[in-house]
Amino acid sequence: MDALVAQLQMQYRNYTVSLYQQGFLDDQFTELKKLQDDASPDFVAEVLSLFFEDCVKLIGNMARALDQTGTVDFSQVGASVHQLKGSSSSVGAKRVKGLCITFKEYCEANNYEGCVRCLQQVDIEFKALQTKLQDMFNLEKQIIQAGGKVPQVDIN
Amino acid sequence: MATKSMGDIEKIKKKLNVLIVDDDPLNLIIHEKIIEAIGGISQTANNGEEAVIIHRDGGSSFDLILMDKEMPERDGVSTTKKLREMEVKSMIVGVTSLADNEEERRAFMEAGLNHCLAKPLTKDKIIPLINQLMDA
Repeated sequence: MDALVAQLQMQYRNYTVSLYQQGFLDDQFTELKKLQDDASPDFVAEVLSLFFEDCVKLIGNMARALDQTGTVDFSQVGASVHQLKGSSSSVGAKRVKGLCITFKEYCEANNYEGCVRCLQQVDIEFKALQTKLQDMFNLEKQIIQAGGKVPQVDIN
Repeated sequence: MATKSMGDIEKIKKKLNVLIVDDDPLNLIIHEKIIEAIGGISQTANNGEEAVIIHRDGGSSFDLILMDKEMPERDGVSTTKKLREMEVKSMIVGVTSLADNEEERRAFMEAGLNHCLAKPLTKDKIIPLINQLMDA
């Protein structure tokens, strides 16, 4: 059992580090993890669940705003992008945040093609992050079920 | 409150009472957790108008108010001005986006803030301000 726990913990460490190295996450995610404690063991999962709900809602808003026949209201698109940038920054979703910065520039330039490309990329990135984090949470569950503790991962 | 030197927050005799004003539910949850982690208690308001009503109706007194800038109904600048007109003495800390320019930040400060912090908020950003409050 100890060997299994140790193996899972190593897998978890390596996987978490890779998420930072690949740019999916940044320091703000580390800050969120630090806030999680025994009294609120699902805090990070709850916050991320809210974030992903936000993503779905805001991406839907952006898609509808870009789908207008006639003149697109780029300020309306930009407002949703701004909100998503804020949310992604709050949870440490680095790639999503980076895309939102570019997306906002396209909105300000009234660049339709640029906005459409960014929208597609944001959709891909948030879904990729969702999958990666789900895999990370699954590893945490496996560690706990095997009788171990989820290790603190030092990113630096 | 116990007096403290700069550094980690230790147990305080009176719990720090904080009002968090933000229209983003995600930020509200995170900021509430940060305040809890540093030993405080918090109340939330979803926009500036709610924050004004809380002060008008309850005669509430907060040690610290974390004030988001962009909010519907009443934004952070207007809310801060209003609270100062109502002679609210709490430390009010504005929470701004990195996208805000210098002029916007200055206008927010001039509305009556004590400090301004950029999102995302972390314990490390808030703790020095709490120390200031405790030393005051």
